[in-house]
Amino acid sequence: MFEIFHQTFVQNAFLAGTVIAIVSAVIGYFVVLRSQAFAAHALSHIGFAGATGAALLGTSSLLGMFSFTLLAAFGMGALGKRIRGRDVEIGMILSFALGLGVLFLRLYTNSASEAVGVLFGSILSVTRGDVLLTLFFGVVSLVILTALFRPLVFVSIDPEVAEARGVRVQLLGIIFMLLLAVTVAEAIQVVGVLLVFALLIVPAAVAQHLTHKLFHTFFLSIVLGLLFTWGGLLLAFLTPYPVSFYIAGLAALTYFAAINLSHVFAPHREEITRHPGREVRWK
Amino acid sequence: MFQLFQYQFIQNAFLAGSFVAIVAAFVGYFLLTRGLTFAGHALSHIGFAGAAGALVLGIDPVFGLLLFTVMASVGIGFLGKQLRERDITIGVIMTLMLGLGALFLSLYTGYAERAYSILFGTVLGISRGDVLVTAAFSIVTLFLLLAIFRPLLFSSFDPEVAEARGVPIRFLAILFLILVAITVSMSVQVVGVLLIFTLLVGPAATATRLVTQPLVAIAIAVVLGLFYTWLGIFFAINGTWPVSFYIAAISFFVYLPVRIFSPAQKTYV
Repeated sequence: MFEIFHQTFVQNAFLAGTVIAIVSAVIGYFVVLRSQAFAAHALSHIGFAGATGAALLGTSSLLGMFSFTLLAAFGMGALGKRIRGRDVEIGMILSFALGLGVLFLRLYTNSASEAVGVLFGSILSVTRGDVLLTLFFGVVSLVILTALFRPLVFVSIDPEVAEARGVRVQLLGIIFMLLLAVTVAEAIQVVGVLLVFALLIVPAAVAQHLTHKLFHTFFLSIVLGLLFTWGGLLLAFLTPYPVSFYIAGLAALTYFAAINLSHVFAPHREEITRHPGREVRWK
Repeated sequence: MFQLFQYQFIQNAFLAGSFVAIVAAFVGYFLLTRGLTFAGHALSHIGFAGAAGALVLGIDPVFGLLLFTVMASVGIGFLGKQLRERDITIGVIMTLMLGLGALFLSLYTGYAERAYSILFGTVLGISRGDVLVTAAFSIVTLFLLLAIFRPLLFSSFDPEVAEARGVPIRFLAILFLILVAITVSMSVQVVGVLLIFTLLVGPAATATRLVTQPLVAIAIAVVLGLFYTWLGIFFAINGTWPVSFYIAAISFFVYLPVRIFSPAQKTYV
């Protein structure tokens, strides 16, 4: 089975998948902590308009997704904590973005398989150039995240106290949303617009169910992200079914197993929220 | 312009579109007051797996949609609100179902065109038979909604008091979600799985920003829904752009100014 790795498209798929799995797992930790899962979901749908718009203009779909998701992320970040619980507003913007994507697609081509590629991922058609771009943005995102790590954890867990301590909550929120936008755009390449949840949210959510220690959570969610991606790619190469189905399936099975196992491994879920501001009284 | 209505496919589109718009706006009002908009969004995505599965088996996608959405709505209804991280769990179920849909699509040899029409709607390709199915389910849904109207409204606004008064809130919640599932399945024909929000939540969200009385809000939502659908189909027939784009755009650009300029004291969500 190792001879499949001699083919360039297989190498590209594994390289891009690995970078994306790691970055998504790290960003996903904060997304779950900040309860922004729905915002991430919306960003991916907005990426659909970007990808189809780029196809219309004849540029790389990754660049199109970057510009749309970054723009949307800036708006969401500027709205700040007022965005919480705004399902209706986010849903309306998301639907409009999808509608725009449909329009771009119609203007560009009548081929429906293009749309299905963006919606469900097209990791097997990733080029070496896309891999380098993915690697570049992945490394930049991780460096920025590492630099902002402590204040970001603080802000995510308790924005009021962080603000009182002089942390720039709004600025951090915007920077985080921009990083999320870049990651979502990259993850769309692997699993598509509709299944970003599988790589972005599930590894971190599972890890938070199984352990409370901060670094264990990160480590576990990266391992899970890599397992889903590699497992999905391998299964897809060995069988005739699509990668995104395997990744989504592995992610969902792991999640439901973890929910049931969390009583064994991590009985006191509340403890995770106590990390940086120990002296603060918790509700 | 009226000679357009001689064509049967245009008559079918307007008929099915009107039924769907009325039921979706009505159901959407309750979705909004019950804070279930994300569940509505998720139900449509879950339905995608059903529709794709029906394609593989060679059945009408509407029946696959109905089967999956009704099953999922009963599941969501039984899980109730106690479930921690409800949104993440719904999101994971949604992801699993979309993955399953991707699998079914890869098994289906006709592939992209039919898949595309499930995702983004095909109101202009609707048959007279589909119109009859849509009409039948819409009328049953409306009838049931009217039958449970008062207790449903009561339990949506104040579940604790309603329960204390002996209203069977659990039963109502599950029945309502089943009605949502039927509505979603019907709406998919018009705007597709991905744009359900525009017909289901869009009109009701605009209406509840404008008025507070439930009956008036529902009436406005129905009028708006019909207006979006008719205008969308009309533009699509006269232009080259897709119906679902027009409906999404109209829904968004009516909501936007209302959302910005309406007094902000009313927040249901």
